[in-house]
Order: sequence, then structure tokens, then C-alpha cells
Amino acid sequence: MSEEQAGKPLPAAVAAAWERVERARHPQRPYPMDLIGRIFTDFSEIHGDRRFGDDEAVACGMARLAMPGGTTQEVLVIGIRKGGTTKEKVRRNFGMPNPEGYRKALRSMKLAEKFNRPVIAIIDVTAAYPGIGAEERGQGEAIARNLLEMSRLKVPTISVITGEGGSGGALGLAVADRVLILESAVYSVIPPEGAAAIMWRDAGQKQFAAAALRITAPEVADLGCVDGIVPEPAGGIYTDPEAGAIVLGDTIRRHLAELQAMPLDQLIATRRNKFRNLAQFYTETPPQPRQTSPEEASSRV
Amino acid sequence: MSWFKRENADLTSAPAPEGEDAERRVRTDGLWVKCLGCRQAIWKADLEANLNVCPKCGYHFGMDAQERVASLLEPGYELVDQGLRSTDPLNFTDIKPYKLRLEQGRRQTGLDDAILNAVGDLGPIPVVLSVMEYAFAGGSMGAVVGETIARAVDRSLAGRKPLIIVTASGGARMQEGIVSLLQMAKISSGLAQMDDKRIPYICVLTHPTYGGVTASFAMLGDLNVAEPGALIGFAGPRVIEQTIRQKLPEGFQRSEFLLEKGFLDAVMSRKELKQYLIRALEFMQVPA
Repeated sequence: MSEEQAGKPLPAAVAAAWERVERARHPQRPYPMDLIGRIFTDFSEIHGDRRFGDDEAVACGMARLAMPGGTTQEVLVIGIRKGGTTKEKVRRNFGMPNPEGYRKALRSMKLAEKFNRPVIAIIDVTAAYPGIGAEERGQGEAIARNLLEMSRLKVPTISVITGEGGSGGALGLAVADRVLILESAVYSVIPPEGAAAIMWRDAGQKQFAAAALRITAPEVADLGCVDGIVPEPAGGIYTDPEAGAIVLGDTIRRHLAELQAMPLDQLIATRRNKFRNLAQFYTETPPQPRQTSPEEASSRV
Repeated sequence: MSWFKRENADLTSAPAPEGEDAERRVRTDGLWVKCLGCRQAIWKADLEANLNVCPKCGYHFGMDAQERVASLLEPGYELVDQGLRSTDPLNFTDIKPYKLRLEQGRRQTGLDDAILNAVGDLGPIPVVLSVMEYAFAGGSMGAVVGETIARAVDRSLAGRKPLIIVTASGGARMQEGIVSLLQMAKISSGLAQMDDKRIPYICVLTHPTYGGVTASFAMLGDLNVAEPGALIGFAGPRVIEQTIRQKLPEGFQRSEFLLEKGFLDAVMSRKELKQYLIRALEFMQVPA
């Protein structure tokens, strides 16, 4: 998009990474609520965080999921609402939740826990909203609280990143037993535009930032930061949302059946251990040499 | 309209002396510090004796991780969990390779990453202390910071010792991408276990504390205490200004602002901090 790069072609890897970002943000891509409508039945929304207000960028509701064998599972579903038309987008704050959204989600999850219903979150979020009100009402605290509470929620939890997995805004709904990502979705610590502006000091470098941050589904899976990739129809889920939703629905059912087969203690211990041990990218020098040289040890104090 | 006019151009400093003269020049550099709060000159030794707080106006200068540990724990504490180094999981380069930035951080701070763990006594109480080092890559949290804090949590859980984390961080470390984001979940799930077992955790927020650190362990203490005037927030001021296209109000995201909004339990000057922590931990000691 940047003018100076229009002339020279991008390196292949950079172009490929950027194409993934554009796919993840494709305007025809089914939003979480489209997918929820196709996968679940009887969605009944519940509103409000009981603290300040109701965030229209986050939808929470009771829903039913048809399971293999003809049974029906009651579930609590959380979906980000990006909005389709411009008017709708403004109403939904472009799918960028305020603290109320995270608090509503937590209240809903606690409700699900009380009545022993699994939680399924469908996530497509650019970022948690960076605004004055969001700061005043504790955006950081709201996300932090969700991370802590989700890690010990006493019901099975599945989170699926279906488009943009935008940093803390996504993670605040994604401390789950299974974290899945659609094939052409992205999961990142910062949007490529932001990274380019901060680290390259030039927002025009966003394609390079997208490639360097390794945000595509296969790369994130290689880093061990998600539990599985959900395949999309050839050409992307927006070419055939129905087929994509069927695959996603079946994947959710399979994971849910596995999780429901686990005793509760084991479920929570497994979740804890997963988050404790993932993303370990460090080398460790054994502590012995340091102890043998007290001078060095004391000089560090 | 000003009372005086400068007739000549701006003053220029004397040319730097060359050769032997250079050694004869009186070096005042580093003896005096100009206070960023009251703009007065402070003798550096006075400042250091006063825990890096301006003796005139109470402005809190930064404090490195090792000074911080020494300021809180009794002599005889032990530095632990050292020797962890990032493997640069993304093999990241922006305008400079990440590996070079890491080396630079190590040289400047003498630490392996932006974190220092210690075990020792806070007053009479044995504690685990984890202190972030802002001078190392802006205190940002990557795999090493995440793991080191997680080990502090493990130590607290294993020994049923209170945990104190002192934050100073720009947030998640961009150069480690998604790896750094997930450190937030790693630490928060450990803190959930501490909460389940009723082991005290107090977070001390210092200037600045932002992003993924605010949105995880910095806001999850049984008590969250901040130093005066520290900037604390989720999104940085520039990001907010660019989003809403307005100037931010005076004092926005300062400790006192967060206290007013209900997100801090106390704003404590550095001199009173230790006593406050001891007092709080005495309150939190659960009879076994």
C-alpha cells in the first residue's frame, strides 16, 4: 500500500505474509457471529457486565450445539462483533472491546461454570480498544482478570481465532483448554501497522513487519502457541462460508468430546501445565559456575 | 515581550580540548543531577542516599533492579534464577537485529534479561522478589522475563512464601512476537494457583508500566501499590492520541489518576514502601 514500495516488488516471503493478513481481514470473511449462527442453534444473547454497561463489540449468549449421536449440548458462546455496514461497525466500535466487554465475557463464563456448561469463544479482534474511557475503566485490569480466571475455570473451554487475533484483546478470551486458529487467520502481539510504526518508525513497512512477526497460523502453530489449525475451503473461508463452518463445527465437537471425557481436576491441571510450559525459548547456563566465583556473584548485587 | 534581548547568536560551548588538555579539564559530569521534577540541581550522592528520590521535591527517579532488591530485602538475600537467555525465537530483525539489542542490554545492565529474582527477608518476613529492569530493552517481557517470573511464582508456591513483583516495563517484547504475548497467560495462570492457595502476592508498579504487563500480573496483586507519578496504562499515550485524535488530559495514566479511578490500593513513596509492604504481609499471613 505504501507508495514507495509500489514500484519495487516485495520479497516473496514478505508478500506471502501480507497476503495472509489481507485474507484474515477480508471484508467477505465470515465474522464470528456468522459462524456462530451456522454452527450453533438457539443463540440467546445475554447483555451487560453488571458494573458499567454493555459492550456491543462482544456478544455473549446461551446456545445449543448438536453433538454426534443426536444429543444436544448447552454451551456458552462468546463472539466478537465487528459489524458489517459502516453504521454497524461504528455501533460495534469496529469490534474493539472496552473493559465492559471483557467483564461481560467473564460474568458469562462464571455463569457457565455455575451451571457446568462449556465455553466456546469465537475471536476476530484487531485489538482491545485504546481510548481514554477504556483506560479510566481499567482495560488492563479487565484483560488481566480474564487471563487469571480463565486459567482456573471449572468447565471445558475452547477458543477459536477466526480472523485477527489481536494481542491482549484476543488473549483475554483465549486462555482455554484448546486454542484453535483458522488456516488463514493471524495471531499477533501487535498489529503489523503498529509494529512498523514503532520498530521501523515507518508505518509503510507494515508488510515487512507482518513477515518478521511470524503471525500466520502455521508459524504460530510451529512456535507452539496454538493447539491446532482448522483448515479452510480452498481459496479461503469467504469463498464458501458454509463449508468452512461445517469443518469448524466438527472440529469444535471433536475437541469438546475429548475435553468432556476428562475428569475436572485433570482438565484444569492439563490447562495449567500447558500455559506454564509453552513458549519456552531460552537457553540456561547451569548455575554451578556462578556459585564457584563469589566475586562475580557479589559484584552483581 | 521580553525584558532583555540577546544581541548575539546563541551561546556556543567552548571547543572540546584536545590531547593532554583533555585530562586537565575538571570533570563535574556525573556529580550533579538536574531534578526532572523541580529542575533544581541535586548532588548525586544525596540522591543515591535518598533512594533516588529528589530530597527537595520528592520526584522519584528510576532505580535499577539491583538497587531495588537491595532497597527492599535485608542483607544476606540471594539472587536466583539467573543465566536464562532468549534464543530469539523469530530470528527477528527490524532496523537492527534483535540479537544485537539483547547484547546491548546485557552490556548496559549486567543482567541476562530485563528481570532479576531474589529470595530473602523483607523485614522479618521471608519473601520471593521479582524485579523488572527497565534499562534492558525497556523492561519488555519476552520468554526469559516470562519464565523467570513464572519461576518466582513456582518458588512462592513451593515454599508458601509471599511474592512481590516490582514492574517497570513497556509491555510485551515485540521482537518475540506471539511468544511474548503468551507469557501473560503463563504468569497469570500461576497467580491463579497462588490465589487458590491463599499465598500473598503484592505488585509494586513503578514508572512506567504498560501493555501486556499491565494487562496481566501488574493488575492482579492482592494489593497493587504504585510509586508516585508513575505512568501506568494499557495503551500508550501516543497510541490513544492517534486513535481518538485529541490531546490527553493532564495527569492521565499517572499513579494518582489510577488511584482515583479505583485501580490501585495505594500510592506509596519509595521511603514508605517497605514498611507498607511489611504491614500488608503481616495482615495477609494466614495461620497455617
